[in-house]
Amino acid sequence: MTDEKKITCIVCPIGCKILVKIDGKHFELVDGNKCKRGIDYAISEALDPRRMLTSSVLVKNGEWPLVSVKSSKPVPKNKIVSVLNEIKKASVNAPVKSGQVVLNNVADTKIDIVATKSIKK
Amino acid sequence: MVEHGRKMINLNADVAIIGGGPAGLAAAISAHENGAKNVIVLDRNSWLGGILPQCIHDGFGVEETGTSMTGPEYAEMYIKAARKKGINFMNETMVLQFDKNRKIIAVNKKGLHEIKAKSIVLAMGCREKTRWNIMIPGDRPSGIYTAGVAQAFINLYNIMVGKNVVILGSGDVGLIMARRLKFEGANVLGVVEILPYASGLPRNVVQCLDDYDIPLYLNHTVTYVKGKERLESVTIAQVDEKMNIIPGTEREIKCDTLLLSLGLIPENELSKNVKIELDDLTGGPIINQSFETSLSGVFACGNCLQVYDTVDTLSMDAKVAGENAAKKSVKQNKFINVKAGKGIRYVVPQRINEPGKIHFTLRVEKPCESPTLHVISDGIELLKKKLPWANPANTVEFDIDISAEVVKYKDLEVILDD
Ligand SMILES: Cc1cc2nc3c(=O)[nH]c(=O)nc-3n(C[C@H](O)[C@H](O)[C@H](O)COP(=O)(O)OP(=O)(O)OC[C@H]3O[C@@H](n4cnc5c(N)ncnc54)[C@H](O)[C@@H]3O)c2cc1C
Ligand code: SF4
Repeated sequence: MTDEKKITCIVCPIGCKILVKIDGKHFELVDGNKCKRGIDYAISEALDPRRMLTSSVLVKNGEWPLVSVKSSKPVPKNKIVSVLNEIKKASVNAPVKSGQVVLNNVADTKIDIVATKSIKK
Repeated sequence: MVEHGRKMINLNADVAIIGGGPAGLAAAISAHENGAKNVIVLDRNSWLGGILPQCIHDGFGVEETGTSMTGPEYAEMYIKAARKKGINFMNETMVLQFDKNRKIIAVNKKGLHEIKAKSIVLAMGCREKTRWNIMIPGDRPSGIYTAGVAQAFINLYNIMVGKNVVILGSGDVGLIMARRLKFEGANVLGVVEILPYASGLPRNVVQCLDDYDIPLYLNHTVTYVKGKERLESVTIAQVDEKMNIIPGTEREIKCDTLLLSLGLIPENELSKNVKIELDDLTGGPIINQSFETSLSGVFACGNCLQVYDTVDTLSMDAKVAGENAAKKSVKQNKFINVKAGKGIRYVVPQRINEPGKIHFTLRVEKPCESPTLHVISDGIELLKKKLPWANPANTVEFDIDISAEVVKYKDLEVILDD
């Protein structure tokens, strides 16, 4: 089955609406991109959309109750909910160092959840 | 001098910086690198980095470093660099005022401080517009927050603001909060925007709204808020091209929380107090090419000068401001004005008093495709530049070599032809 999809390119602030046709793993660009960079984006967005994920994790005995975290790599879109659920369940003891891995291989994605801030005791 | 039984603490500084956000930090580092030995940064918060620690999403520093950092990571990079240089930080210190001779009065737990500074850099950031800035009628229940306050509650203090949320205004802070609230388990019922287009970046519209099927109501506004103690509902309605409400389009949405993302206003109470000239269009001080305000020896940078799109350009400009603050100020008696003409909302700097290569930043009035930018002085075109597109959400930047002739006589006018 062929799917038509309108993808908003996010590479630059113009935000072209790119029309693509997807048939399983086959990809066809239809129209709408103002420049070449939009093509690569549209391909990855149509076939394997991923997002950087940022959130926060509970801290025990810290000067702040939370530490901000990010995914070490962009997370496949269909895994976002399960990754978020694991982040919600997690907690970490102070002190926390920025860059420290808080969750390893979160939700079997081979992606880690990493602290983005240092929290003192 | 004795005040409330405590002694006034006297300090001197080559450069005193008011505000320790990214602008203040970048200015401090650059002032130090350009020869100012005694640099003091004053901030009322217990932390450095200003608003950045609560901006936990990524997207900071892309232009500057080539990598996308989160707000706390970006702040950390500057804090580390500033600490290495031995810059003096005074946290939990509120600046109350300063005068024409650059004498600052500040207060902290130790008491009142009087700081005599050779130059001052203003880096107080901005604050958010509130319900009263746009006059939304209705009750006065709890449950109405500005998006930034909600961001601080959720991201710094682990306090959830509500369950069923409507967001008014599609600025980036509002869009990012829509996703954040969704992550924290709230129902985000929609983002309401009076303009025909979103004011935030397309990236945020896609990744914060579309990804989570959060509706964006363009050409809509909130016309009423209802609730005895806690917010119970908001009424939204469609508007026409003139932004008048179209009768019969009203619709009540049950919700317990309304976030306002209505835009930012440069913070300039201190500047007003000493009668620094402000630009009605930017909300910030009028500056010259050196980032110097109408008060000699006082410089301005960051979001208290103009609301920047990205922290990257903000930091780059703040470095120039810091560099100039470390040097001697230029005599201000003669200058020419830079006027925002047709199609232009504002231009910075607003004044020029020295020839040379000058970097300009402007915002256009409305979105348009392939417009032409003209800079004119006394009928002579100094710059003609075709832009692929222009949007009020994104500043336009360009450089012009301004000759001594031009600076002597003629005002500049910037216009946009679409
Ligand atoms: C709620 C909110 C969310 C934002 N989110 C984003 C975002 O996601 N991405 C983005 O690129 N930009 C965002 N911004 C814009 C952001 O403000 C800038 O990127 C950047 O943080 C501005 O830097 P600044 O140093 O000018 O101001 P700030 O970071 O606001 O720093 C100003 C500092 O000055 C201090 N100060 C002010 N007055 C005084 C005084 N009288 N005495 C002592 N200290 C004082 C304040 O405490 C503060 O620490 C956001 C802005 C706001 C308001
Ligand atoms: S296609 Fe090119 S011009 Fe259009 S949004 Fe993407 S990067 Fe920008």
